[in-house]
Amino acid sequence: MTSLATGTPSGAAAGSAGAVLETASAATHDGYADLPRHLLAASDLSREAAIAVLDTAERIDQAIAGREVRKLPTLRGRTVVNLFYEDSTRTRISFELAAKRLSADVINFSAKGSSVSKGESLKDTALTLQAMGADAVVIRHSASGAPHRLAGWVAGTVINAGDGTHEHPTQALLDAFTLRRHLLDGAVRDRVGNGLDARHVVIVGDILHSRVARSNVTLLHALGARVTLVAPPTLLPVGVDAWPCAVSYDLDAALAGADAAMMLRVQKERMDGAFFPTAREYTRGYGLDLRRRALIAPHGIVMHPGPMNRGMEIAPAVADGEGSVVTEQVANGVTVRMAVLYLLVSGEGADRV
Amino acid sequence: MSSEHVAHHSRAAGIDQGRATTAASDVSGTARGTGHSSPKPDSRTAVILSDADIRRTIDRIAHQILESIGDRPALLVGIPRRGVPLARRLAARMAQFSPGDYPVGALDITLYRDDLRGRPPRALAETDLPQTGVDGLVVVLVDDVLYSGRTIRAAMDALRDHGRPAAIRLAVLVDRGHRQLPIRADYVGKNIPTAFDDDVAVHLTEIDGFDAVTVERAE
Repeated sequence: MTSLATGTPSGAAAGSAGAVLETASAATHDGYADLPRHLLAASDLSREAAIAVLDTAERIDQAIAGREVRKLPTLRGRTVVNLFYEDSTRTRISFELAAKRLSADVINFSAKGSSVSKGESLKDTALTLQAMGADAVVIRHSASGAPHRLAGWVAGTVINAGDGTHEHPTQALLDAFTLRRHLLDGAVRDRVGNGLDARHVVIVGDILHSRVARSNVTLLHALGARVTLVAPPTLLPVGVDAWPCAVSYDLDAALAGADAAMMLRVQKERMDGAFFPTAREYTRGYGLDLRRRALIAPHGIVMHPGPMNRGMEIAPAVADGEGSVVTEQVANGVTVRMAVLYLLVSGEGADRV
Repeated sequence: MSSEHVAHHSRAAGIDQGRATTAASDVSGTARGTGHSSPKPDSRTAVILSDADIRRTIDRIAHQILESIGDRPALLVGIPRRGVPLARRLAARMAQFSPGDYPVGALDITLYRDDLRGRPPRALAETDLPQTGVDGLVVVLVDDVLYSGRTIRAAMDALRDHGRPAAIRLAVLVDRGHRQLPIRADYVGKNIPTAFDDDVAVHLTEIDGFDAVTVERAE
């Protein structure tokens, strides 16, 4: 694996090819017809379907901007179950708020203090939810693939809110939405229908354990962006060279002129092996401080999926500084999840088996 | 719902199918529209309003709106897609007849539809209302075809979430009848008696490249 911080020729070519295709496909390809039934992985979304989600989020944002009543009647009478086997305050709250803004009934089902802690299997829990008539199940699970299994057991729509070290597709969508808002100039009508062609996004940190990185690489590549992953060799998964992105160990070189830096959380709870010698050494090599912040393009943005380890992967001055969109990502998360719920759940038939 | 239907056709289907396809094709609708660069040369298709007719009709409605709003602040709100260019044309004519500022907005009603269930996902269209809200304004909803009335009901529901207008009025280019709700228009371009399964199509230059209203009679 060599340092390819300035990008692979193939990545650049993919970007420009996407730009050419875009004009052709705008007229002929309907991303809305291309939407999957469940959202289990970022790869469930074609370029057109991903753009359909981002466009819908833009329109929803327009529809409720500046309103006193920030609620829409779209999912009235539908039930959305938040099935969280792993602690996650922000993702659960984000989904809960999104569903409630669409007037759905929301049931929060967390593993702690429920029948799960009494030993109920995922399948039995799924069948219980099925019997209660859930129209959609939002699942977070520590086991990669759990949402996929669930999709085979329930009739409703399954949305993956993070499974093990596998995927977190709505995080990738909200990141893409945030990127598009900042990197494409002008009004909503100039963004609608467009991807992120030829934009360069650098994702830094614990790629090995990061479902956020995995989903982002897939989605950003589909949208035409060029992605560079930067991490210590110990925190890169086996087979990363087959991913549609460049890989580098040199953060300074990768950040030069980049459109965005996405810093990943160092997941202390998953640090059971000795991945790096000390926290300080990690910060020196892979932390985003003010000096490195200045290497990004002038219009560039700094992202973090949260929660941040301030002083570890990101310096407080950068996290709170100009071009940091961390809190905006949280707000966009609600809008994008509303878009996903609207597109995947609103059309579900009442009489489906 | 057949996706081959031209975006702006108001075809019989129990509910306002014209709105259904309109909303589903912000981008592709334009492309389909250009496929119909002129009214279909078909014995069952009749041109009900020519481009000159549409011009005169818009002038008349502009006068009527001016007459009824008096000096109260008004807001013309187009319902995408074809209500939006119609609202812009009305505002431009009103400004000609009685100099003043006539703001124009857009209101997408897809998220307020009552027939989302059991149908494929629809694209949302533009919503653009003043940052200052709609409180105290005379809001004139503008749409191309009034049919079942369900679109207008949804628009009124949506407006209510945006604030409390002084009054809501309705202007349509064509009223084709077959109402399913107790709704009527305050300003009507033309009443067109139709059969339930006739196909009324409004073409506007801004979207379709030419102006015309046609009716295709059912077989």
